[in-house]
Amino acid sequence: MPETLPGGVATAIPSNLRRRSRGAFAGRGGAWVIGLSVLISLLSLLPIAFVIGVSIQTGWAAIVPLVFRPRVAELLINTVLLVVITIPLCIMLGLALAWLTERTNLPGRRGWALLATAPLAVPAFVHSYAWVSLVPSIHGLPAGVLISVIAYFPFLYLPIAATLRRLDPAIEDVAESLGLKPWAVFFRVVLPQLRLAICGGALLVGLHLLAEYGLYAMIRFDTFTTAIFDQFKSTFNGPAANMLASVLALCCLAMLTAESAARGTARYARVGSGSARTQRVVRLYWEAKMLGLALQVFTCAMALGVPLITLGKWLIAGGSEVWQPDELMPALQQTLQFGAMGAVLTTCAAIPIAWLSIRSPGRLQRILESCNYITSSLPGIVVALALVTVTIHFARPIYQTTLTVLLAYLLMFLPRALVNLRAGIAQAPVELENIARSLGRSPGRALWLITLRLAAPGAAAGAALVFLAITNELTATLLLAPNGTRTLATGFWAMTSEIDYAAAAPYALLMILLSLPLTGLLYHQSKRTAGR
Amino acid sequence: MNALELYAISKSYGDQKALEGINLSVPAGSRTVIVGPSGSGKTTLLRMIAGFEFPDSGRLSLNGQTLVDATHEVPAHQRLIGYVPQDGALFPHMTVAANIGFGLSVKGGEKNHRIAELMDSVALDASMAHRWPHELSGGQQQRVALARALAQQPRLMLLDEPFSALDTGLRGAMRKMVARLLSDAGVTTILVTHDQSEALSFADQLAVMRGGRLVQSGHPLDLYRYPDDEQTALFLGDAVVMPAKIEAGWAHCDLGRIPVNNHRNNHSAQIMLRPEQLQLVSIQPSPTEVVGCRAVVTDRDFSGNTCTLTVELQHPTSGDKSGRSLTVRGSGMYAPPAGSAVHVSTIGHAHVFSES
Repeated sequence: MPETLPGGVATAIPSNLRRRSRGAFAGRGGAWVIGLSVLISLLSLLPIAFVIGVSIQTGWAAIVPLVFRPRVAELLINTVLLVVITIPLCIMLGLALAWLTERTNLPGRRGWALLATAPLAVPAFVHSYAWVSLVPSIHGLPAGVLISVIAYFPFLYLPIAATLRRLDPAIEDVAESLGLKPWAVFFRVVLPQLRLAICGGALLVGLHLLAEYGLYAMIRFDTFTTAIFDQFKSTFNGPAANMLASVLALCCLAMLTAESAARGTARYARVGSGSARTQRVVRLYWEAKMLGLALQVFTCAMALGVPLITLGKWLIAGGSEVWQPDELMPALQQTLQFGAMGAVLTTCAAIPIAWLSIRSPGRLQRILESCNYITSSLPGIVVALALVTVTIHFARPIYQTTLTVLLAYLLMFLPRALVNLRAGIAQAPVELENIARSLGRSPGRALWLITLRLAAPGAAAGAALVFLAITNELTATLLLAPNGTRTLATGFWAMTSEIDYAAAAPYALLMILLSLPLTGLLYHQSKRTAGR
Repeated sequence: MNALELYAISKSYGDQKALEGINLSVPAGSRTVIVGPSGSGKTTLLRMIAGFEFPDSGRLSLNGQTLVDATHEVPAHQRLIGYVPQDGALFPHMTVAANIGFGLSVKGGEKNHRIAELMDSVALDASMAHRWPHELSGGQQQRVALARALAQQPRLMLLDEPFSALDTGLRGAMRKMVARLLSDAGVTTILVTHDQSEALSFADQLAVMRGGRLVQSGHPLDLYRYPDDEQTALFLGDAVVMPAKIEAGWAHCDLGRIPVNNHRNNHSAQIMLRPEQLQLVSIQPSPTEVVGCRAVVTDRDFSGNTCTLTVELQHPTSGDKSGRSLTVRGSGMYAPPAGSAVHVSTIGHAHVFSES
């Protein structure tokens, strides 16, 4: 039996092993994680600080007439209705599709699973562009809800499907043995376990609804964000837009509080023993099968059929003239570059906060997480203008550089990475990390080899979502990118602004093609759980 | 020589005291079992030794190296202490071979050779190397977890109820295999369990925990025969406890006159006997004996090779029922039926509890 540890650690304890804080975070790892989380969260407070700063500058006397007026009430009603109608529809659709593709013998369920992820490849404003081309009279709240559901339901489908795959089947067996009918098993045992996925996904959809500009601008539906954008266009940096942004920030705070309350404090890591068996598959009768297939076909027609047919129409109408390689190629390259760098940066930045949120949930962690959510729920233009103001005044060298663009992406898209990473880490019990440490791996190595490997499907899903978001990002890129930079999204927007729908089509097609392999990767990665 | 030393280890979670002043010495190469009911703090203590948690105060050292004291702490990954939890906790994203090889620092062919050796030592077939954890039975998962912990040649092995998820037959066999394997490897071992028969059979040294305190430790047979108090006595097995008057090495009680192990004169005390120290003899119509006492069998619980009888004692002089019921173990096949009159005699000493 060795009397000293390998590597010469003898009876004296090196000074770097001095005692730290007790509690859940004894040791060096904890302090690092908390430090990084705080740093990232402080960074994400930049746009909020900007909004508060300009509010103070504006003064209370000037704020009152800007906020308490019928126009604001009208925008508030529009925004609230949009959220309240769209989110439940998205949850129901996401849940139905996830159950059909993960837990039934629906014919071609693997293909349908892929198709349910595919609408993510179509930018929200391209969905809008497609519907406006198809039904020019489409407008208002019904149109807003329809296109929002179509564009955003995969944000719920993906986490729900991933969680359904990883639930312990023994829990359902036990429920059934306790006399529950299959539907009761679903509602009393399966559904509660999906809470984390549903809450996370719903929050993501909600934040999109609050922040999206292009989708609603095209169908002439006024939300806070479109109003702020219009204000900015007319007065650039005026107090009216800033005050609207403050109200929007309050809306986001309310949504965060609701999600936090709904999420609860229950433990979601697997508590059963050993490793899981494969999931059971429900055999559908042919009537149910037909119904399921009809839902899949209908969803695909709306979410993929309409945009592709419209695009096809414009591409045929435009012919070969609209394909300008010396304009399209640089835009494609630029988009790829921004997307890849942004996705890696954002996912890495999300790791400390996601880890804290599962392993050491508490008030500090909720505050940190909220910082990031609030920022990302602000419209891209607010984040962008905050960065413009700050870089001009305090960091001139990085004004109008790629770094600033990436910073904007980080601030705006961190929750996409965070929500998925968090759901992934919830699947890796802390006990496995402890075992790895007892086998001689440092806390950092244990985190890397065990928790992050198990959370990899979640992390990959998060990174892919960030990449997609960047591919489709418009406003912040327009404002912050170095002169002469043109991505596919900004190119597309330039063309549609000139009402040249045919010339915009190649950009839209490239954006979709670029995002498609990624949705495939998303689908594949989320399937590769636990060594299967 | 002692491998592990615990001095005055205490730990609280908020107002809840999880551990209070734990002192324990674990001799090198021995098998120590920490036994106690659920919530007694035994798992917390084990996790503290592993380095997953840290005490509020106290000192912990292994082979002379201080692992934790007031100013320093060695993190889990530098302790070289193996840990096998209740459910094995295999890494679900790694094969059996990768799980076992996780803690090995060697690479390539040597690593594979070592993995094969380890699999052989825990009686796992070599063909299982490429299986996934979810394809193994509970017993196989435990073997992999054990091999994984043994791979790094730990200075100390911690087992947290590793057999409790297994079925009874397998549990006994696994326990023997693990005990032999660890003795052969000369690894100092600490096992935590709430199962007293498992504790008694596995241990060289037994430590009983209750309510965050270590109430007694020592050789299993000593603890079984001479527990400090009634609770410990009952936790380690069935016991007959009754009041007695102690006089010149003899206890006078409902069972008559019984020799005791410790002398105290004219003292009222509680005495304890294990059921297997009581013997029943069917009595003749006219008894002439003076030692022991008469009783009637009121219940008979037959369970194959043994039989548990409940007897009601009769007053030694008047012959009235004293009302005291005792359980007595006997051979299954020859036990007297309910209703029979019997004579109860005792073997060996009764144990006198010290006054609390």
